[in-house]
Amino acid sequence: MQEIIKVLVEKYGIKPIHSRSESKVFITIEKEHLPDALSWLRDFAGFTHLAFITAVDYPEIEKIQITYLVHNHTIHSDLGLRVLLDRQNPEMISVHKLWYAVATYQRELREMFGINFPGSPRLEENFALEGWDDIPPMRRDFDTKEYSDKTYFPRPGRKTYDPREYMKQKLYPDHKEEK
Amino acid sequence: MNNKDQINEITKEMKLANDGLKENEKAYFCDARPQTYKPLGKYVEKFLNWARANSLWILGYGTGCGAIELRPLMTSRFDMYRWGLAGRPTPRQAGVFVIGGYMSVKTLKRVIRSYEQMQGPKFVIGLGSCTINGGMYWDSYNTINRLDHYLPVDIYIAGCMPRPEALIAGFNKLKEMIKAGETDGQNEYAKNFDWYKANQKKIVKDWNMPDYNW
Repeated sequence: MQEIIKVLVEKYGIKPIHSRSESKVFITIEKEHLPDALSWLRDFAGFTHLAFITAVDYPEIEKIQITYLVHNHTIHSDLGLRVLLDRQNPEMISVHKLWYAVATYQRELREMFGINFPGSPRLEENFALEGWDDIPPMRRDFDTKEYSDKTYFPRPGRKTYDPREYMKQKLYPDHKEEK
Repeated sequence: MNNKDQINEITKEMKLANDGLKENEKAYFCDARPQTYKPLGKYVEKFLNWARANSLWILGYGTGCGAIELRPLMTSRFDMYRWGLAGRPTPRQAGVFVIGGYMSVKTLKRVIRSYEQMQGPKFVIGLGSCTINGGMYWDSYNTINRLDHYLPVDIYIAGCMPRPEALIAGFNKLKEMIKAGETDGQNEYAKNFDWYKANQKKIVKDWNMPDYNW
């Protein structure tokens, strides 16, 4: 594992490395280098299995982070490659040529985070949300409570009483609070 | 204007728009509105209600996590066939629609189509608290809060999840209601059809199906 990291560092000049354990390492890589690094990892370093792609929205630094987690079955190790994208117009290079199933993940990311993957197959089709017309729901500035309230006819809740106030009203209805 | 013309005039006005369909698809679907069911005689209807109550056939469509409780209901421990309940694979043969728990907008679209294809008289059971007020998904961006705004619900079974015993109690209650002639969901849907459609179309945004299909 350490040799693989060393090669990646020499090749792409990666700086922040987060080692969770001996067999689970996360690195942050430039957007342009990612397809190159993934194909090298798949074909020469034995990381043949792409476990998942996931995204996190960071509005405070105006970035969206995508994590590609690849797994090596011979040395039982995971390597996470992180890419930081611009939040305003996030666009990522599609890697469906390496693993065809990635196209499905990319469809979901486009729908949930609004990340564009030019050239990815069936990207424009609906995945889970059909006919969504608001901002992508996994963005952190999307208020799901507010959206639910205005869309889904919330049922008015039961009346609740503060027990102290309720008993005060019941026992001493004439009593007025001194200010 | 004779009688036949009058009928034609009325049906012409009451036609459904089927806006969501493409021009070349419109001919394939019926554009008539649902009609209310008129009870036959008092005693005939009583007999029919007795018969309906004892052959509740459930549409085998698990719409949420609550559908997992229908499996133990079927098997030997709870054995729903004792009460005349049976699962059917197609909406055309089913009379009871059990909405199992939370319902996303994507599922609701399929549920509406399935419900409209069921033969009347048809009954809807709302299973779990998600169908009542959204349950634990009350503030979710993709699940509905109140089922009764989209389909006429006859009976709710509260709980998260309700156990098979609760389901059996709910089915028995539904049977009593049917025998007493209190279940009127089908007529309610036909009477308030425009209200239901407006609610459904408010949240199903890519409406590309007929307005009513049987």
